[in-house]
Formats: sequence, C-alpha cells, structure tokens
Amino acid sequence: MTDPVIEVLNVSKVLGVGPSRVQALKGVSVTLRRGELTVLMGPSGSGKTTLLSILGCMLAPTDGTVRVCGIPTGGAGPEELAAIRREHIGFVFQSYHLFGTLTAEENVRLALDVRGDGRNHAIAKTREVLASVGLTGKTASFPRQLSGGEQQRVAIARAIVADPSAILADEPTAALDAANGHAIMTILSTIAKKRSRAVLVVTHDPRLFGFADRIVHIEDGLLTREEIPAREARAGAPTSS
Amino acid sequence: MKIRIALASLVALGIVGPACAQEAGITNDVEQGHRSADMRKPFIRATRWRRGAPPRFCADRLELKMSLVFTLASRNLFQDRLRFVASLIGIVLSVVLVMVQMGLYFGFGRMVTTMIDHASTDLWIVARGAKCFEDLSIINMARRNRLLAIDSVAEVIPVIVGFSAWMLPEGGMTPVFVVGSDVATGALPPWNIVEGTAQSLTASGAVAIDRAYRDRLGVADVGASAEIRGMPVTVGAVTDGIRSFTTTPYVFTDLEDARSYIGLPANLVSHMLVRLKHGADIENVRQDILANVTDVQALTPAEFRERSRSFWLFGTGAGAALVAGAILSIIVGTAVVAQTLYSGTKEHLYEFAALRAVGASNSYIYKVIISQALLSAVIGFAIAALIGIVVVELTARSALPVVISPALMAELFLLTVVMCIVSAIAAIMRVVRVDPAIVLTQ
Repeated sequence: MTDPVIEVLNVSKVLGVGPSRVQALKGVSVTLRRGELTVLMGPSGSGKTTLLSILGCMLAPTDGTVRVCGIPTGGAGPEELAAIRREHIGFVFQSYHLFGTLTAEENVRLALDVRGDGRNHAIAKTREVLASVGLTGKTASFPRQLSGGEQQRVAIARAIVADPSAILADEPTAALDAANGHAIMTILSTIAKKRSRAVLVVTHDPRLFGFADRIVHIEDGLLTREEIPAREARAGAPTSS
Repeated sequence: MKIRIALASLVALGIVGPACAQEAGITNDVEQGHRSADMRKPFIRATRWRRGAPPRFCADRLELKMSLVFTLASRNLFQDRLRFVASLIGIVLSVVLVMVQMGLYFGFGRMVTTMIDHASTDLWIVARGAKCFEDLSIINMARRNRLLAIDSVAEVIPVIVGFSAWMLPEGGMTPVFVVGSDVATGALPPWNIVEGTAQSLTASGAVAIDRAYRDRLGVADVGASAEIRGMPVTVGAVTDGIRSFTTTPYVFTDLEDARSYIGLPANLVSHMLVRLKHGADIENVRQDILANVTDVQALTPAEFRERSRSFWLFGTGAGAALVAGAILSIIVGTAVVAQTLYSGTKEHLYEFAALRAVGASNSYIYKVIISQALLSAVIGFAIAALIGIVVVELTARSALPVVISPALMAELFLLTVVMCIVSAIAAIMRVVRVDPAIVLTQ
C-alpha cells in the first residue's frame, strides 16, 4: 500500500446556522493514495462537494482531522491553506474556470506563477504539460477558441503542472460528450498511474467506474460503501507502468 | 544597418524574439543575445524586413516580456472596453479638474506676487499689518531717514501704489492701479518691455502700460496721450504679460507722478524697498530696523510673498474654494474608479476564486488588482496631462493663467496613482473574501 497523500479522519461539517443548519458530513474518514484513482459517488446533497472542499483545504471541518502529505491542516489560516493547495493539490472543476482573457498556456502557467516559479522554467514546463494532454498546437488559443474537452484538458494541465501530490476533480466530464469524457478520464487515470499521483474524481456518471481503482459511495453525509472494482472491469483505463 | 544593430540589441535584452531578427539576417547576433527566446509568447505585431525588401507587417515576430500578473491585469481591464473607457473618463475628468483647480491656485498665487517677484530688494518695509502689495497702507517718509541711519542699509527706495482713475480719450474713465518708484534705481521698473524704454518713465507724465490693456485704456502705442485724474500722461513704454489678477490694469510711473495720480501727501509712501550693503546679515538688519523704526514691518521678499499669497488665497476664500474643488474632484474620481474596478472584479469573481483555489496568495491577488489600478492610473493620467498642457497653453495669456509646473505634474501623477490604488481597495476586499469553494458549486 502506497503512502497516503490526503487523509481525513472522523470529519464532520455543519453548514449554516439556526433553522438552516445542516450537518453535511457525519464522521467521514477517507484516504487518498499515490497511484490510485478514487471515484467519489453520491446523489445530490449527499455531501460530495463538502467532502471535496475539505479534502482540497478550501473548507475547514467542524470536527475531525485532515492531513495533507502528513501536514495537519487544523488551525491553519486561509493563507496557510492556500500554501498547502499551491504545493500539494491540483483542482479540475466542472466548469473549467479558466481565465477567458488568458491563452491556454497562460492559464496553465498561472499555477506556476502563483508559486513564484521563474518565467522561462514555467513556460517550458507548461508547454511540456500541455503537450502531455494533447494540446501542443493550442497553446496560444484562448478558452473561447477551444472546445469543452480542450478547455477541460487545459484545466487538467493547470492542475498537474506544479506536480501536486493529489488531483481533485469535480465532475470533470459532466459538461462533455462521451468521447471527450472518456478522453479526460484516460488522462486523469494516466496521471494517477504514470505520475503516481492521488486522483479523486467526484461524479454521478457510472460509466466512469471503469477508470476507478476504488469507488467510495457517500449518502446523507456518511460514507456508505467502498468498493474496489475488479481489474477486468476497468475498461479503457491504462495499466500502471 | 542601424536597424539591424538595434534589433540585435533588443534580442539581447530579451525583448524581441529571434524569428524577426533571423529574417533580418542577424542570426549570429541573435544566438549570442537571447536565452530560450522560443519560449516567449508572441505578443505584439511588428514590422519585419528582409534584405533589400521594404519592411512589412509580420505577426508573432516581436515578443515582449511581461509578467503574467500584468498580462492578466491588463487583459481583464481591456476586456470590457466600455467599462474601461468609463473608468478612464472618470480618472481623466477627476485629474483634469484637480489639475485645473491646482493650476489656478498656483497661477493665482503667482499672479498675486508678481510685483514682489519682480522687485529688486533685500527687504520690504511695509506698514504694520499690511497684508499684501496692493494694500493701501501708508508709511511716513520720515522713516526713510531712520532706515538709512542703520549701518548695513545701502539704499531705501520708496514705492507708492494705489488706485486712480484713467480718463479715456473718448470720454469716460476706468480704474487703474498705479505703481510708482524711482525708475533710476531699477527697484521696481516695468519688465517685459516691448515698446519704449523704462528710462522714458523719468520724464514727467510718462507711464508704462501693458499691451493687453491698450484697448481698455484707449491708447495704442508709445507716444499716445491720456489723463489720470485730470493730469495728462503719455505712454512711454508698453509691456507684455503684466496682467493684474484684479483685472485693474497696472500703470507704472515715476514716484512723484504716482503721488500726484493717487493724491498721496508728500510725506507718505506705500512701501519702502531696502537694499543692504554687501555682506550684511539680513537678520541682524531686520532686528535693527524693528528696534529703531516704529510702526513698520521688515519682510524678506519670501515672507512678503507668502503673506500676500496667504491673504489673497485664504483671506479672501478664493484659494480655499479651489482647494475644496480639487478635493471634491479627487473624491468623485476615486468613487468612479472604485466602482468600475469593483464591478470588473466582480465579473471575474469565479476566476479569482479559481485562482484562490489553485493556491494564489492574497498578495498575488493584490498584485493583479493593483496592476489594473496602476494601468488605469497611467493611461488616465497621460490623457489628463495632455489636456492639462493644452489648458496651460490656452490660458497662458489670460488674466488668470493655469500654471502647472513639472513638480505639480509629478505630484498629480502620484495623486492619480494613490487615487487608483485607494479605488482598488473595495475590489481587493471583495476578492480576498471570496470563498474558493464557490468554484465547486458553480
């Protein structure tokens, strides 16, 4: 078993106050490991997004412990959490959230720029990563000039360019057709295997199960089931190198 | 050849990409000069040229190094051109208003001390409580002998100033402000003489007027005749640019003629100018004057200038109104820029939240928004400065010129920068408070 990258232990989260108070998570524990693509599955309102926010150090739990690469995040302020995200976590969002005024290359380079990486190194790294997601000829394109699938590839490139230990993807294929969705999941699976990263994909789409090394089901703020698909069921997933 | 050398230099500095230079046939120079230039993003178009061919436009040949923060800031700013123009209008209007108000303030300040500025003296002797050069206070001539008795005093030159009535040749009259001194001393002669000479004023009845007032005084050139208080005068000299902020024309003349025109008794004068002997200590002399001569004040030109400015600018409320107008302009400008920056930032809120999600620090966000503010400030100020220069030119020969010195221009630039940075505070507060988790809910 590989090292845990992100661990949450007995995490609870209460959202809102008064009559609108909701316990979104009720003592959840989950571990993301290197080289593993985990799928988090659950119906709307089950607590997926809350758990993803906590795993991604964007939200502090009400109770419980979160450790990122062994660093406990309890008591960390917004700037410290930002530093943890910067160094250890990459995000892929359902709506891509690319800067429309920046080219594909610049959007990806942003993830290195916030770390203070040198310009020349950042450009070289960015082009290398864009090439790895199949966007060699699109580096100078603006998001509006790219298809949804290409924009999501840019978002993935942005998520991995700084070599984070974990990639958290929120419904990365929801806005894409089946072919593009498959391509994106192939890239994410490759990242998990060949780059030895912990990848978490939040999805409603059971077609993505074939890429999963582990499927975690969440319902009503509780992890209800965890399954490891049979190897032969992992359709389209690349093999580990 | 010069162009090729310049291009090679730009490549060496990392500003220009190699492609353009290679096409110009300076590959070796380029290779020496650039470091991994192929990585640089094509940014702006530039002319290129081939050997023997005329320059033609080429894309992606000229590359400009620019930080990503600045790229993001500038593109976000220019994306909504209408909003950017509105923001610029706010900045330009605000800066031009401040510029004009402050220019009028300084112009007025200069106008009210023009006589003091042009007097050749070490000390001004004024009646106790005199507020300015134009103050119709009086000093007894007996004081002159006491002043001359002070060891370090070389000369004491009486000056008479006051209003009188200029009788127009075709009938009627107009007020004038008479400035009389012993012309031979050169203590307070007319300056910028364009016709005649200052020496001509030693003749009885000779006066100097400014050409801006020729029509108003009903006289054309040197030699023209008129009357002051029924006494005949002849124009002996014509000056250029000696305008009065009171709009009443200055008329220079000899001391005794001035006395007659104003109707001042022989034993009284308005002010006295004291010239000191070489090497005299001005402060010691001043103490001697105060000890030996009663009912007068001895002021250095700088002190008298400051006193006059203070009276005209703040004693009358004129300066306060200008300063208040300038402050209001700053407030309005700040509000306009703040509103446009805030709304622009709000439009990109999810993108900024994504930036926070990927780990951007607060300082990184500050840099983006402040870069937008600074860019607005620089562009807005550049336009405002051009307008300001035009206003200065247009008002240069008016009764109240707008005076914008290089120092004022520099201060206004700083003010514009500060105004825009202050304007960015609301936008910054909005962005740093944004919950990065909102990107997961949209």
